[in-house]
Amino acid sequence: MPHMSVTLRYFASLREQLGTDTESLNLSSETTVGAIREQLSARGGVWAIAFSSERILSSVNHQMAGPDVLVSADDEVAFFPPVTGG
Amino acid sequence: MHPRFQVRVQPECFDLGEECDRLRRHDASIGAIASFVGVVRDINDEVGVDSLELEHYPGMTEKVIEGIVEEARTRWSLNSALVIHRVGRLGPTDPIVLVICTSAHRAPAFESCAFIMDFLKTKAPFWKKESTPDGERWVEARESDANAARGWQGR
Repeated sequence: MPHMSVTLRYFASLREQLGTDTESLNLSSETTVGAIREQLSARGGVWAIAFSSERILSSVNHQMAGPDVLVSADDEVAFFPPVTGG
Repeated sequence: MHPRFQVRVQPECFDLGEECDRLRRHDASIGAIASFVGVVRDINDEVGVDSLELEHYPGMTEKVIEGIVEEARTRWSLNSALVIHRVGRLGPTDPIVLVICTSAHRAPAFESCAFIMDFLKTKAPFWKKESTPDGERWVEARESDANAARGWQGR
């Protein structure tokens, strides 16, 4: 069965909470941002705590993306807290 | 993006006067230059700030700010615009962000400048971590910034 991989990235306080800034995730098919979130949350511990928070935002290939946005092979999906620039 | 519209994310400081001169030169149809400079304060939410670390998402941050500038261009007639946002470690009195907008007349220049800042505050992927006498803490997003951005709907 063909599989695809996507790159996940974590920023700021979320990165500190999870203890990692990036990973490669293997998926068996196209999926959604929301499904990836659930998968990460299912790891338990700090992952469950972090991804239970609705304030964590997400993007796919540098564009803001809600839970229904599709994720395909080689996409870059990032998760981060509300932004505080300027 | 059109060359007269630029976005830069960089650690280095900037010079407001120099950048204004650069935009003004070679475009005699500019009648108005409006600007904003955001600066690091030594206190935030009643806690002293020794320094702050500005993190961003290389690639996405620039793209988001460019999108905000493009949105401003659809709303106002602008000759040119420049946004510079610094990253890395900064201290009190350090400039953080620069927005310059030019137009034939002052209203578009003033308004687009404010618009770009309100949306940069709420949309651009940057995160600030403050070093205080009591330790480090991540700055929280403000409701007032979200309200400022919402305020542009219908204007």
